[in-house]
Amino acid sequence: MSTHRLSFTLNGTKHELEVAADRLLIEVIRDDCGATGTKLGCAVGVCGACSVLVDGELLSACLLPAVFADGRRITTVEGLAKNDLTPLQDAFIREGGFQCGICTPGQLIAATALLSEQPRPDHEAIRTWMMGNLCRCTGYYGIERAIQKASGVGGQSPPNRL
Amino acid sequence: MTFDYHEPRSLAEALALLDRYGDDAHLMAGGTATVLLMRQGLLRPGHVIGLRAIDDLRGITPTRDGGLRIGATATLRAVERSPEARMYSPALTDAFASVATVRIRNQAMVGGNLAHADPAQDPPPMLAALNATVSIRSSRGERSLPIDELAVDHFTTSLAHDEIITGVVLPPIEPGSRETYLKFLPKTADDYATVSVAATLRFAPDGTIAETRIVLGAVGPTPIRARRVEDALRGQPPSRVRDALELVRDEVDPIDDLRGSAAYKREMARVWTGRALARVTR
Repeated sequence: MSTHRLSFTLNGTKHELEVAADRLLIEVIRDDCGATGTKLGCAVGVCGACSVLVDGELLSACLLPAVFADGRRITTVEGLAKNDLTPLQDAFIREGGFQCGICTPGQLIAATALLSEQPRPDHEAIRTWMMGNLCRCTGYYGIERAIQKASGVGGQSPPNRL
Repeated sequence: MTFDYHEPRSLAEALALLDRYGDDAHLMAGGTATVLLMRQGLLRPGHVIGLRAIDDLRGITPTRDGGLRIGATATLRAVERSPEARMYSPALTDAFASVATVRIRNQAMVGGNLAHADPAQDPPPMLAALNATVSIRSSRGERSLPIDELAVDHFTTSLAHDEIITGVVLPPIEPGSRETYLKFLPKTADDYATVSVAATLRFAPDGTIAETRIVLGAVGPTPIRARRVEDALRGQPPSRVRDALELVRDEVDPIDDLRGSAAYKREMARVWTGRALARVTR
């Protein structure tokens, strides 16, 4: 098995490590970098729990060879909030965008990618984009409301919570 | 799974690796299919050759004659979002946009999609209906293959082991031609099709059908050209479509699976071919 030197940033922090050719990005993020916010769900690219941004592009970390991350900028759920939650995270809380929470990191990453590409998506655009992120609790209504609420307010501070 | 990963920077280097490792090598573009097949133990190559760092395989560019060239390592999403591809044919970008989810389309690449030869995939039927040719290189030279002759069975192509798909070339679309892609998804929106239909059609000045190409996905071991339907319609008025549709059932060769029984898929192949033809004859 060949090994490969990787250099990438994860949520702004630079990582340099050596990985075997068969490692997947999800394993490197969770096991080597210790960022366990990203979850492994189906492991076949269907459920969306492992959604990450690679140079801003939405991808399944469970399908991505780790060697593909070399030189890239990776964002996971841990990288969204700076001091305050993002408007999207705040809206997920206010609108009941989650219940058990297992899918939430992926939902937030997928919705972040949506809003950066389409700042004011309509119902159809939200549903088409988020269709690949499965949730067994919410029935999706709260997730859709949260994305609508957050749309168009990217970059502003979230409103104070009660 | 244990293998050595190679990421050549040039086509010449990739071809040399293929020649060196022979059938112990497996090419990988975006990796969506390769990673899954290796994880499932269905594929156990000693050497994986990644193609994504090769400049010559990139890009989506209009050709001088009004056609379109799509590089093998263009992602499905790059095609979906390409203004040049949309300008060429909205049906082309629609077909690419209907693959799985945005995450998969961001990773999967056109050359890999074709080499994987999954008969339920969306791009191959559309590319076939648009009369695409596949550009292929090996250390022995280069050749162009009509896309109809690429897939020969489930997950099997006519490619030799030392060959690499470098891209797809679409000929210019004739004036007055119409194209469509329809995908029947009775379960979930990110599923494989129960049946999909890509159709192109051009009328003659007298209002008869001059030419039509109809290619069905997910209802046979490869994308299926509905040649008998095409032949029955050539030179005929659109009022003949209804009768010609009866021929679809015998063109397709579906299997029973979670997406429907073979009998149901045969019937849906007829129904959805009718819907596709309604769109391009309207």
